[in-house]
Amino acid sequence: MTAPTDYTLAGARAALARREISATELTTAHLDAVAALNPRLNAYITVTPEAALAQAAAADAALAKGEGRALTGIPLAIKDLFCTAGIRTTAASKILGDFKPPYESTVTSQLLRDGAVFLGKANLDEFAMGSSNESSAFGGVENPWKRQGDDSVLVPGGSSGGSAAAVAARLALGATATDTGGSIRQPAAFCGVVGIKPTYGRCSRFGIVAYASSLDQAGPVARTVEDCAILLGSMAGFDPKDSTSADRAVPDFAAAVARGVKGLRIGIPREYRVEGLSLEIDALWRQGMDWLKAEGATLVDISLPHTKYALPTYYIVAPAEASSNLARYDGVRFGIREEGADLKDLYERSRAAGFGPEVTRRILIGTYVLSAGYYDAYYVKAQQVRALIKRDFDQAWGQVDAILTPATPTAAFGRDETQDDPVAMYLNDVFTITANLAGIPGMSVPAGLDSKGLPLGLQILGRPFDEETVFAVGGAIERVAGFTATPSVRAAA
Amino acid sequence: MSLDTATVRRVASLARLRVEEADLPRLETELNGILGWIEQLQAADTQGVEPMAGGGAEKLRLREDRVTDGGIQQQVLANAPDRADVFFSVPKVVE
Repeated sequence: MTAPTDYTLAGARAALARREISATELTTAHLDAVAALNPRLNAYITVTPEAALAQAAAADAALAKGEGRALTGIPLAIKDLFCTAGIRTTAASKILGDFKPPYESTVTSQLLRDGAVFLGKANLDEFAMGSSNESSAFGGVENPWKRQGDDSVLVPGGSSGGSAAAVAARLALGATATDTGGSIRQPAAFCGVVGIKPTYGRCSRFGIVAYASSLDQAGPVARTVEDCAILLGSMAGFDPKDSTSADRAVPDFAAAVARGVKGLRIGIPREYRVEGLSLEIDALWRQGMDWLKAEGATLVDISLPHTKYALPTYYIVAPAEASSNLARYDGVRFGIREEGADLKDLYERSRAAGFGPEVTRRILIGTYVLSAGYYDAYYVKAQQVRALIKRDFDQAWGQVDAILTPATPTAAFGRDETQDDPVAMYLNDVFTITANLAGIPGMSVPAGLDSKGLPLGLQILGRPFDEETVFAVGGAIERVAGFTATPSVRAAA
Repeated sequence: MSLDTATVRRVASLARLRVEEADLPRLETELNGILGWIEQLQAADTQGVEPMAGGGAEKLRLREDRVTDGGIQQQVLANAPDRADVFFSVPKVVE
């Protein structure tokens, strides 16, 4: 018999519908797993067992009446960047203190509408700024995967490290996440799970703690491509409360997963063969090309000439927007307060006490590039290069239907191997960041293991609002790759 | 372009972030490391390129100019670290 924590989301949904398991049993199994493993993994900042069991009981009542919806009784982890009404929301920062939002984010309210059970709030890098989850004010997350014969602690990636680790370790059937420069796809790759950042505008940003508003997008993390499709179907959709939300119908993403790639043209961008790319990742990329070719796709060499400028562009645009967004944390309306001699002193002391080092660096960089005399040289220049990066993709879509790249330049690294150099950490996002700048969808799918037994991911990029093709290509890679490896730290192991 | 200590102090003040004098040299080094790396952007030819603001290609919508929310005073104040009656409280600003 399958352990309840080993179900896929789709499998659990079928089992619930057949009444082979109750939502209460499914939720209890996950809460037990969280209680056993979270003290070690630190994937959740806050666990909400009572609320989860109440939601599970409501789900059982709905199922008994034949009123099950898309996610009725499905236990999920919610990245602690989504506001959840009455439940502490931290953004993994000290500055929010005991902040309990009086409202629910649109994405989580849609998941609740569809019957989901929330187990708790998942850990992340502070304000989603980071690639290793080490900037969390609540401590880092341990990646449930280990190198063979080596017990050292590896990072889960970031910023959605808690979401990815929870899903990989079977502490949730799926999770919400957000992606500003790779924060869904990089941790998904490091933890051997699937994650998709949809098109900018596909999911409402209302109620998600803002980092860089023109780049932030919500998306799901789950253990299969189909499970991600089911979750995204619930999370996506027009919301008048977000002025950048796209007023478009939500397609049946799950139906696209099995569509296949026959006749699709898959672009292979030559600029992604970067210096220092691990040989194993290069080999996996080639393997992915061969798989898609064997499945009936055509490979096309393409050029995205401004790729090399993507990281520096991001590190102007994102900090600039962050410095503006994070101005609201002032010690007056919510969050922590440090008393000061006057109002400015109160602001300065409260913010210094509340923000960690990476957030402080980005606020300072953002403030500098927006300040008088530097605005044109930095900020306008970056916006112009961003336009060129988007144009590269617009031109590529004339030749190809989707693009295949590696998800990350390396496998998960050790907590003690983290570079002190901020710029070295930024390079983790070299393959993922272009999708945020161009606003296009991108998915990371686990496709193999490296020689040390760590998962590696491939990335699929698609046209704006064509997540369906991304799901089709991701589904094909998942079927052919047959990735069945599991992390050594997991529930029911 | 490279930041000196005085500029770091000024930027921190603009950002309303208290920085201890002892931390200024470290911040100066870190910020200059990041800005030096960002400098490569100047090599991109952006002559005549319209800057891209926002993340989507879609036009922002206009809505009717009417009140759509409100009457939630207690909810707005619920998370305030300090309040007096129905106001946020701050140190005295006007003598």
